[in-house]
Amino acid sequence: MALRIGCGSGGEPDQPGPARDLVERGNLDYLCFESLAERTLAQGHVAARSASPGYSRKLETRFRAVLTGCHDQGIRIITNMGSADPLGAGHATADLARSLGLKLKIAVIEGDDVRQLISGDTPLEGVGGTVAGFGKPLVSANAYIGAEPIVEALHAGADIVVGGRISDSALFLAPIMHELDIALDNWDRIAKGILVGHLLECSTQVTGGYFADPGYKDVPDIDDLGYPIAEVQPDGSAVITKLPDVGGCVTELTVKEQLLYEVHDPSAYLTPDVSADFSRVTIQSVGKDRVRVDGAAGRQRPDRLKVQVGFEGGYLGEGEIGYAGPGARQRAELARDMIHRRIVERGGFQGDLRLDLIGVNSIHATAVERSSDTQDVRLRAALRSRDRQWADRLVADVESLWMGGPAGGGGFRGRVTETVVSQPTYIDRELVQTRVTYIET
Amino acid sequence: MRQTVPLRRVASARAGDKGNISNVSVWAYEARHYADIKASITPEALKAAYPAQFRGQIERFELDHLHGMNFVIHDALEGGVNTSLNLDAHGKSFSFLVLDLPVTVDL
Repeated sequence: MALRIGCGSGGEPDQPGPARDLVERGNLDYLCFESLAERTLAQGHVAARSASPGYSRKLETRFRAVLTGCHDQGIRIITNMGSADPLGAGHATADLARSLGLKLKIAVIEGDDVRQLISGDTPLEGVGGTVAGFGKPLVSANAYIGAEPIVEALHAGADIVVGGRISDSALFLAPIMHELDIALDNWDRIAKGILVGHLLECSTQVTGGYFADPGYKDVPDIDDLGYPIAEVQPDGSAVITKLPDVGGCVTELTVKEQLLYEVHDPSAYLTPDVSADFSRVTIQSVGKDRVRVDGAAGRQRPDRLKVQVGFEGGYLGEGEIGYAGPGARQRAELARDMIHRRIVERGGFQGDLRLDLIGVNSIHATAVERSSDTQDVRLRAALRSRDRQWADRLVADVESLWMGGPAGGGGFRGRVTETVVSQPTYIDRELVQTRVTYIET
Repeated sequence: MRQTVPLRRVASARAGDKGNISNVSVWAYEARHYADIKASITPEALKAAYPAQFRGQIERFELDHLHGMNFVIHDALEGGVNTSLNLDAHGKSFSFLVLDLPVTVDL
C-alpha cells in the first residue's frame, strides 16, 4: 500500500477549501500545511510584539475546515504554521479541538528560535558584514530545522505536529521517514523523501498553478486548482497526482518546472536533512494527472543550519495615480518628475526613491521598453525609510497630484506598511536544540 | 525548416528566488529542440540581452535527460524580496524575459 500524503497549503495565501477536499476525498494518511516564506516569519515576530498572535493568521480557518475529518479518518497533520509562536499555535489548536469535541494529541516543536545565539559579531553570509554592521534593529532569528523532531513526535503518537521554521520539505519528509522506517543517515532514501516534499511544498505549483500561458500551456479549470497528493511507494519512489474532480493538471512539465523551483545546483540541493542530488531524477507520466518520480540521491546533511535573521526594515510608502488617453505617458512622466523634485531635490530625501510607469516599464524597469505608445499608464512611487514621516510624505505628495498634478490624473491609491527585512546566516547544527512538548485534549 | 523564433515557441520556463539570487529553469517542449536551445540560450546570451537587469554572475546547470537547464542569476533582485522597491521583488517575471530570447531551431 502506498503512503498517501496531501499538501494542505504551500504558503500563507493558500485557502482552506482544497485542503478540505483532500480530507473528504483524498483517502489520505497525512496532510501537511506549509505556510512560511522568507518574510512571513519575521512578520510574525512583528505581529507578536503588537499583541497579535505570532502564529499563522490562517491556522484557525484551515484547521476548522479539516480537523474533524482528519480526526475521524485518522489523518495526521504536520505544519509550520506555528511561525513565531509554535506553543501559542499548539494551544490555539487544542482550544479549537476541544470546541469541536475532538480528542487529539498535539505535538509542539520549539527551538528554531535562535535569537540567543546571534550577536552583533555574527556574520551575515548573504550580504557580507555582521549583524551589528547591518545597521538595523534585530527582530528575529530562526533556524531551518529538519524532520528529526517531527519523526520523534509521530513516534510518540501525535495526531498533529505544529512547529515554527521547520523547513518546507521536511514537513513531507517526516511522515515518509516515520512510516518507511528510514534511518537518519540513509541519505539516498532521505533524498527521495525530500524530492517528494520539494514537489508538494508549493501546493498548486505542481498542479497547474504558476504555469498557464494561454495558447502555449493551457490548464483545465484553472479557477478550481486542486492541491497535490503524493503516493509514496515502499521503495521511496512516488506518484504525484491530484483529486480527479478538481481543476488543474499534473504533467511531466508541471513536475519538471517545480523540480528546479528555487533550486540552484541540482546536484547539491541543501536541506537540514540531506544534501540532495536531483540531477538524475526521472519524471514519467503514468496516467492522466499521474506522474511518477524517482532517482533522487543524497549525501551527508550539512553541518550547519541556515538561519533567517530578521531586522526592522522601516516604513514602505507607496503611492499610485493613473493617466489614460492621448499623451498619457507624457503626463505620467511629468507627474513622476514632480515627485522626484519634491522628495529628493527640494525635500532632501537621501534613500532610494523608486518611480515606475506601470504600463511602460514598471516590472522590468531598465530591461526593455516596448509599450511606448500605451495610452494607459500609472505612476507608482515607492520609498522605504526608518522615519515614518518620509513614507507618509510620499503618499501625501502623490495624493496631491489629484488636483495639483498633470491633467486627467485619477485613481490615486496609497499606503504605508511597516516592513521587515531578512538575511541568511549559518550556525552549527549542534547549537540548535529542538524540543517537543505535547498537549492532549 | 530552420527558423529563428522566440524561445517561448519551443520551451517553457519558471523563475524562483532565494535571497538576492534568481533562478530560471528552461524546459524544451520537444526533445528534438533541446540541443539547439542549449546552444543558443547561454549565460552570455542572457547577459547580452539584458545587461542592465542581469549584472551579476550567471551559472547554467544542465539536466540533459529531462531536456532542461537551470540558470542561476546572482545579484539579480535588488537585494532580495524584502529590500527591493520593485513591484516584482521576487523576479517572478524573469522567466518571460528569458522566453523572449531568440532561438534557431528546426520547426
